[in-house]
Amino acid sequence: MWGARMSSVLRFSDVRKSFGKGDAKREVVRGLSLAVQGGQCFGFLGPNGAGKTTSLRMALGQTEPDSGLIELLGYTMPADARRAREKVGVVPQMDNLDPDFTVEENLIVYSRYFGMSDSVAKSKVPALLEFAGLSGREKSNIAELSGGMKRRLTIARALVNDPAFIVLDEPTTGLDPQARHLIWDRLKALRAKGKTLLLTTHFMDEAERLCDHLAVVDNGVLIAQGSPRELIEKTIEPDVVEVYGDNVAALKDRVSAFATRVEVSGETLFAYTTTPKPLTDVLAQFQGIRVLHRPANLEDVFIKLTGRELRD
Amino acid sequence: MSSSSSLGASFAIDMNDFSLLRFIPIWRRHFLSWRRYWLSSLMFAVGEPFIYMLGLGYGLGRLVPELGGMSYMMFVASGTLAFSIVNGATFEGMYSAFARMQIQRTWDAILNAPMSLSDVVLAEWTFAASKSVLSCVTFVGALVLLGISREWTLLLVVPAALLIGAVFAAIALIMCSVAKGYEFFSYWFSLGIMPLAMISGVFFPMSELPKALQTVSYCLPMSHAVDLVRPLLQGKISASVGLNIAVLAAYAIGGFGVAMALFRRRFAN
Ligand SMILES: Nc1ncnc2c1ncn2[C@@H]1O[C@H](COP(=O)(O)OP(=O)(O)O)[C@@H](O)[C@H]1O
Ligand SMILES: [Mg+2]
Repeated sequence: MWGARMSSVLRFSDVRKSFGKGDAKREVVRGLSLAVQGGQCFGFLGPNGAGKTTSLRMALGQTEPDSGLIELLGYTMPADARRAREKVGVVPQMDNLDPDFTVEENLIVYSRYFGMSDSVAKSKVPALLEFAGLSGREKSNIAELSGGMKRRLTIARALVNDPAFIVLDEPTTGLDPQARHLIWDRLKALRAKGKTLLLTTHFMDEAERLCDHLAVVDNGVLIAQGSPRELIEKTIEPDVVEVYGDNVAALKDRVSAFATRVEVSGETLFAYTTTPKPLTDVLAQFQGIRVLHRPANLEDVFIKLTGRELRD
Repeated sequence: MSSSSSLGASFAIDMNDFSLLRFIPIWRRHFLSWRRYWLSSLMFAVGEPFIYMLGLGYGLGRLVPELGGMSYMMFVASGTLAFSIVNGATFEGMYSAFARMQIQRTWDAILNAPMSLSDVVLAEWTFAASKSVLSCVTFVGALVLLGISREWTLLLVVPAALLIGAVFAAIALIMCSVAKGYEFFSYWFSLGIMPLAMISGVFFPMSELPKALQTVSYCLPMSHAVDLVRPLLQGKISASVGLNIAVLAAYAIGGFGVAMALFRRRFAN
């Protein structure tokens, strides 16, 4: 236990946070406890408004919890926030690169915030740009960069202090698939260098690909955690049969006998089962539908845990 | 936990970790960004007072032969110089600081680095005051070129501008700390700064005002700014230089304290 504690890079115990006053008061983080171990890529999952960004801001000492304890790299937060942040890299949810500056100037100016001299700051630029796939872009203005390039530059900026721990808030939201793959590739490279990563996302494919450990939060409460494999095995039936058609809802009763759970969402029916064969045999008798049989994935876990309703 | 006690706690944290020099890299960031826009930025702060000076000085100057023992041109030049110093810090502390805080999210980026809110606000304050110095140097340069004043005491306008800038930077930051959008700043400028200039001897002597208004003006910083700057154009030092400096310093430090507290409240969540 003691050993485990020693190696945890970030620890939350029973953290609570509310916003607003009086009747408008709403608790958005409700007794969260978790630990990020060194060397891990820790995925923090949850629908919009679950309290992910708020938790990260508390972890970085930018907003104070109402109660509970937070320790980052052995420092108590928010009391030692500034000192802890010397060793952390942050990729915020909203891009906040300096639009007045070139790519290179963005990195140099940011390095100075860590107390680096101009010459040290300058000497770091080539390697950082190389890592971000932006070599040759030193003199480009921020406005000339694509969304994916801006994100990669933001990641490079988070690395100026060679941090052991990197926090990324929705690093690929709003990017096209090519750009997302490039970011994943960079995050894997960081992971391979032994960095500890904490990232929030609501893309399950991203979490499944990158993360060793996942924590799912909803309404400020931790509802499940474990490795992607564990979560899938623990939470959900191994097989999913999806049925598409005009009136799939009418099939629900016919199918339920062959599945553990059946859900209809719009024109798709989802049947979760441990024995798919009898189910697919039954479905083969129907006309005018399409059937897809696939293994369960993290998205199914997420939907089961947090429901199908829209958030926002 | 009430918000006031958490405010107290974060204040204590900040004080524990306070540094007078950590803000410098942030100041340099603002300066680098200014170098990109220096021309438009100077036009904004200096251009308007300068046009007042030329218009009033050459226009009204023919009708008003002398004022307070000097030509009207000299009177209005010194008044508008003080006004341009006020403007430099006011624009920076309101519009530019707000853009960095709220629109471009520059503050958020800085606060992800090992910087605290007091570093960020200290950088805004000192940079806005530096903008007053830049306004002042430009304006004084023009006065020298036009031959309106060529006294050696013009050099002393620079430290005076830093002090005056510190006052109006702090006041502008107070406005910034409670602003929801840019409109608010136009109100402060039209309903605060402009009337203040009218009663502070920028365009005409305070002695023309009703007694009560003179007293009000005397308690406010702009009249002391004008008092401090005006004689320097004539090779003289303000008769009340000690009082002027004391009042301005009090406003600068008090104003910064209030601005800091208000930004802490704004950033408490
Ligand atoms: N500064 C704030 N003031 C008031 N409410 C906030 C503030 N920050 C976040 N919230 C609210 O807290 C909830 C959680 O937000 P957030 O942590 O951003 O969620 P997520 O990142 O998981 O989408 C949301 O309902 C949001 O509106
Ligand atoms: Mg978020």
